[in-house]
Amino acid sequence: MGKYLEMIRIRFLMMLAYRTNYYSGILIYSINIGAYYFLWSAIYGDKPSIQHLSIVQMTTYIAVAWMARAFYFNNIDREIALEIKEGKVAIEMIRPYNYLSMKMMQGLGEGIFRILFFSVPGMVIVYFIFPIQFTSHPATWLYFLVSIILSFVINTQINLLTGIATFFLFNNDGLIRAKRVVIDLFSGLILPISFFPGWAQSIMGYLPFQGISYIPSMIFTEGFQGSGVIHGLLNQALWCVVLFIPIQVLWATAKRQLIVQGG
Amino acid sequence: MDYIIDVKDLRKEFTSHSSRSGLKGAFRDLFTRNYTIKTAVDDISLQIRKGEMVGYIGENGAGKSTTIKMLTGILTPTSGEVRVNGMNPHKDREKFVRSIGVVFGQRSQLWWDIAVQESFRLLKKVYNVPDEFYNTHMADVIKTLAIEPLLDKPVRKLSLGQRMRCELAAALIHNPPLLFLDEPTIGLDVLVKLKIREFLKEINAKYGTTILLTTHDLSDIEALCERVIMLDEGKIIYDGALQQLRENWGEGKQIQFLFTEDVFMNELQELTKEHLVVWEQGTNASTWTASVENDEEIISAVIGKVVAAKRIADLKIVEITTEEIIRNIYEEGAVRNG
Ligand SMILES: Nc1ncnc2c1ncn2[C@@H]1O[C@H](COP(=O)(O)OP(=O)(O)OP(=O)(O)O)[C@@H](O)[C@H]1O
Ligand SMILES: [Mg+2]
Repeated sequence: MGKYLEMIRIRFLMMLAYRTNYYSGILIYSINIGAYYFLWSAIYGDKPSIQHLSIVQMTTYIAVAWMARAFYFNNIDREIALEIKEGKVAIEMIRPYNYLSMKMMQGLGEGIFRILFFSVPGMVIVYFIFPIQFTSHPATWLYFLVSIILSFVINTQINLLTGIATFFLFNNDGLIRAKRVVIDLFSGLILPISFFPGWAQSIMGYLPFQGISYIPSMIFTEGFQGSGVIHGLLNQALWCVVLFIPIQVLWATAKRQLIVQGG
Repeated sequence: MDYIIDVKDLRKEFTSHSSRSGLKGAFRDLFTRNYTIKTAVDDISLQIRKGEMVGYIGENGAGKSTTIKMLTGILTPTSGEVRVNGMNPHKDREKFVRSIGVVFGQRSQLWWDIAVQESFRLLKKVYNVPDEFYNTHMADVIKTLAIEPLLDKPVRKLSLGQRMRCELAAALIHNPPLLFLDEPTIGLDVLVKLKIREFLKEINAKYGTTILLTTHDLSDIEALCERVIMLDEGKIIYDGALQQLRENWGEGKQIQFLFTEDVFMNELQELTKEHLVVWEQGTNASTWTASVENDEEIISAVIGKVVAAKRIADLKIVEITTEEIIRNIYEEGAVRNG
């Protein structure tokens, strides 16, 4: 366990070393949130609510969705792809740890860094500019915390899958880019899932993406109530378990190929 | 037996698809692929005892790295038996990797963006090295390799030689009884090489660390290893003392003459026709080398005859270097016995 904690710490330090890269990030995220705020204000016009979300809830949804993205987002798919191409993964096999767990911990170190140095200050700035409502229910905060942890796990698992796919695809840059677009679109970051047409919603119900952004953001804005919250969390937890299976299968296959063919 | 490395009939074949040429060929490839099988390691057997320092040499592509990858469990053998530290490298992986240290000269195992000491700290946690041991052991390693001033620098800012010393230290954090070094001195200057050799000797003496080392620099082997294993096209062509190799192959001496004027081969041959001498021209027609048997009388006779007939500017008697011996063996592809 100590080694995994150490890995989180190291990644955190690494991010700290490059922290100036992130100051500009806060600005970009704030601009994004601002742009969506004005867009949605225009769409709402005089309407008190759309799809059961008020304009304040909507603004909060956008702000939280972007700030949560800072936590779950990481580039470990790209890193894994690079390490596979450079043949570094084979060398990782001589370490007494699980490569994928180590990668996940690096993602977590990165996420913790961003939430502290990016989301929290960003949220304070955004709070003073836009009409955002933070809930006063401690339970909601708690559910939200659980939910973004699960969202981190789901997103990271999808990244692991995309990364490992490098073993089987000649060049998976395209896949990595496509994955990013799909996640931004279908996770509810840009548009809450409830705003999609009915048929699209039912398809998305069978996909893991809404667990990444839609569910935690709806919990935070209290767009989900009571059993809705529990359903959301269960949906996320289920995907965490389900995604575990293809990762193990692909990884086992990749490792076999690695030790037989030398990568 | 208590061998640290015990390998029997170890074999590694790589299959690779080769593409046929042209459109027609590409079409045929869709149905039947052409496989070529490359035997990188060809049924080798070897045993290494605790505390030995063994040099593993061979031409490029001979199969050295492939062997090391199989011994460390990075690759599975096609056939054959491997026992390293009494374990099968593929079973009980975690316990096995804790018992070895590996340095690949061509690849860094340190984390690129973080300070060297952070990498060390992480590895200490990874290998569960107790604090007291780490403090005394690493202080010693750091001092011997003189890497103290590098510890707070990120790896990407180190020069090759600086990095290599840190790699070596990193491979030894858990003080493994067996160390694999694949070209650890590649691209290093003489001083760094010397430092690394000293260090390896020291840990070998202090902890009885067994070391298997590949290199293209034979002076590494001469400085460190009593035993060499020579590989050619996947087969072991020599396994024994370095001294023995020299005695079998380096029995002759070479006499280098620098004449004051140009000399012809037939003149020289005529002068020394009573002895078995192989004359070779050097860089120009006034420098010549005579290869003769290592026998004082013959050497004196040859020199006497030559200097009596020709004026010389310089004269040198040299033993055939290990480098030349190895080159001869590579060229012939087999080792002459006795
Ligand atoms: N993953 C692989 N797939 C196919 N062939 C391989 C693979 N790895 C190595 N080979 C082949 O196996 C042979 C032995 O390679 P190896 O890397 O073991 O040589 P080496 O003795 O370490 O050479 P060098 O001194 O150049 O490092 C080479 O002909 C190489 O092309
Ligand atoms: Mg090699």
